[in-house]
Amino acid sequence: MAKQDYETHEHDVLVIGAGGAGLRAAIEAAAQGVSVGLVCKSLLGKAHTVMAEGGIAASLGNVWPEDNWQVHFRDTMRGGKMLNNWRMAQLHAQEAPDRVLELERWGALFDRTKDGRILQRDFGGHRYARLAHVGDRTGLEMIRTLQYHGIHQGIDVYMECKIERLLKDGDRVVGAFGYWRNTGKFVLFKAKAIVLATGGVGKAWRVTSNSWEYTGDGQSLALWAGADLLDMEFVQFHPTGMVWPPSVRGILVTEGVRGDGGTLKNTKGERFMFNYIPEFFKGETADNEAEADRWYADKKNNRRTPDLLPRDEVARAINAEIKGGRGTPHGGVFLDICTRRPADYIRKRLPSMYHQFKELAGVDITKEPMEVGPTCHYIMGGVRVDADTTAATVKGLFAAGEVAGGMHGSNRLGGNSLSDLLVFGRRAGLYAALYAKDFGGQLTVDSSQVESYAKDMLEPFTRSGGENPYAIQADLQDTMQSLVGLIRTEHELREALKRIESFKHRAARTHVDGGRTYNPGWHMALDLASLLTVAECCTLAALERRESRGGHTRDDHPYTDDSWGKINVVIRQRQGALALSREPLPEMPAELKALFQERK
Amino acid sequence: MAQFTMRVFRGDASGGGFKDYTVEPEEGMVVLDVIHKIQATQANDLACRWNCKAGKCGSCSAEIDGKPRLMCMTRMDLFKPGDTITVSPIRTFPIIRDLVTDVSYNYEKAKQVPPLRLKPPEPDGTYRMMQEDIDRIQEFHKCIECFLCQDVCHVIRDHEDKKRAFAGPRFFIKLASLDMHPLDTRDRARFIKDDAGVGFCNITKCCTEVCPEHIHITDNGIIPLKERAADALDPIVWLLNKFRGQKSRQA
Repeated sequence: MAKQDYETHEHDVLVIGAGGAGLRAAIEAAAQGVSVGLVCKSLLGKAHTVMAEGGIAASLGNVWPEDNWQVHFRDTMRGGKMLNNWRMAQLHAQEAPDRVLELERWGALFDRTKDGRILQRDFGGHRYARLAHVGDRTGLEMIRTLQYHGIHQGIDVYMECKIERLLKDGDRVVGAFGYWRNTGKFVLFKAKAIVLATGGVGKAWRVTSNSWEYTGDGQSLALWAGADLLDMEFVQFHPTGMVWPPSVRGILVTEGVRGDGGTLKNTKGERFMFNYIPEFFKGETADNEAEADRWYADKKNNRRTPDLLPRDEVARAINAEIKGGRGTPHGGVFLDICTRRPADYIRKRLPSMYHQFKELAGVDITKEPMEVGPTCHYIMGGVRVDADTTAATVKGLFAAGEVAGGMHGSNRLGGNSLSDLLVFGRRAGLYAALYAKDFGGQLTVDSSQVESYAKDMLEPFTRSGGENPYAIQADLQDTMQSLVGLIRTEHELREALKRIESFKHRAARTHVDGGRTYNPGWHMALDLASLLTVAECCTLAALERRESRGGHTRDDHPYTDDSWGKINVVIRQRQGALALSREPLPEMPAELKALFQERK
Repeated sequence: MAQFTMRVFRGDASGGGFKDYTVEPEEGMVVLDVIHKIQATQANDLACRWNCKAGKCGSCSAEIDGKPRLMCMTRMDLFKPGDTITVSPIRTFPIIRDLVTDVSYNYEKAKQVPPLRLKPPEPDGTYRMMQEDIDRIQEFHKCIECFLCQDVCHVIRDHEDKKRAFAGPRFFIKLASLDMHPLDTRDRARFIKDDAGVGFCNITKCCTEVCPEHIHITDNGIIPLKERAADALDPIVWLLNKFRGQKSRQA
């Protein structure tokens, strides 16, 4: 095939993904004086960050002066069942307050305390009210602030552009190849450094809070380029997604409902969370309703309500209630704030929840309880990175935000995602720019490699009698939902792997109608490659880890095993095949370990 | 339940027309669900934008039976079984394909808005803002950039010649939010009048009516901006403000 000339752009730093992490990375890289390109699959400002609700965790100490980075660090590590990369958790806790204040200087308007500072709200697993927020639309405020700050920084934004492959020259990443969704035309980027900020993988599950974009693009791009993934077995099922009507199943109900006083109840009217307090959190969790209710106002003399245990604990408890026959006919439990807080308080604090239930479910949350159940929400695992620089294990590649692994260990606390995006987005932009400045030699792209990718990408148009890509995605979602869900077991995971293998064969034979102009069927056919890759990685890692911890629960290995607590499951691709290995978790230094001995 | 007929625009810049699809309704369905169902089973190349499916991202704007709406927040039980429901792309912006339009006009306008210019911080290095001083602006910050207000605005919709010197309702509330920001020091009066063209708005409130976030675009945003542009360019008011040493603020 003759060599074609593709539309080509060249940058020092190319950021893939324009949610919180990608925007923050692009802003930081631009501040370093290098040329920056920012690629996003959707229009600017529509990335997943826009849907974040509850808030940004940062120990500003505005509501509880006792709060500080050490407490935040400790909460984060305990929430992740100590499997977090300690250095990431430390940097995150230390830098989050500055990142929040910086957003304010860029125009964000958080809700205020009485003395005019940033108000903070309670959330699961956080010792103090810590989440800077704007009602329940914090993500919108964050992305809009970054977006409007970013457009004045000289960043070139490539909207509705999808990257299919990273390009390498020897052992280093030097570019990316993809297509414009609008026209279907190919586009080539040459870049000295690439930052992945592509988010998660949730579209591999049927019931999910994630949008069409969450197809594991970044994890797959990194893996195919030779980088390590770690902790892929840890998938967070958010305890509270909508369950009824069917068309809204999975849509997120913010943890802020419980943070602001809401409580979970079964159909017998019991606040069942008191029955599910694990040994690990007994010391800090109230064991009676009176103490739990007092805790909202007096944290010094009371322990936290079990409604605000970390998400993995609450999701498992809800699942057990439903399986035990105490769930609603629609397969959820009740989340009640209407009997606990006045209507105007609810409308002020949770306006989009009020709106969402009213318009989509016909439920007035100031008068009736919500029906909720677990929904696939977030992946803790991802691209293995250096804590300080966010560098992946392939030269020239960096990763920040949900696509990166390690920060949250086996379970992420609510509110720690938005702060993660800001802290590590900034670091990724900074270190990618520094790397680009030191880049020696030419940016050389292998055109025959590009040609072969282009040819593969067009195949769905030319195959005759192939399968509808939507059908394959639907089958994958059903498989992951039923076999690689909240509770896992060996024979189901093995069955899932078998099915994923068959989906891969089917995905290689898809056919799409129409042309290349804005063709979602074609986009889906291409996205299947990454979606199947991450589904396989999650399943393989889940099979490997023979214990239960955080976002990974094995029915056949129901206990947390200390020896597994020192191990990350790492996946890499070598000679076209996935290889698993167990690698030691970085050891925490003594002065940080001491933080865990001070109090229970 | 009886089936619905969805009459969906299919086509691109070179032309096109409406095509009917029959869909089995399910409880609680919204228009976007129906479009997805058609994509998955009848026309996998049917183009539409969407992300959150919960009214938070503003991607799935369309005209449903001629009304600008978010497809994800339009429930099918608004319609009677057996109805034919027409779904077409937002009309004001050039079509790319099917329900997807080229909204780059809005991103160009966004870049022109003069950004925040902060006053110096308090002596302790922080900023203080009282809740009552930001309530009004927080209303504007609810904007999800669905561009339905831009779509329905007569100035943009019907006057191609005015597009260059007119920002549209979305950017009027953006300007208002910056102008009313307690920490901002930039004077945008000239920009609001000359570059954003606030004078072209004749307050028909169509934008406010279609806003899915129920922002009072006209009353709380545009009218104060019009007053601000008039006041700030009035030499007497300008002098008074100068002596007061502050930027004139709208209540």
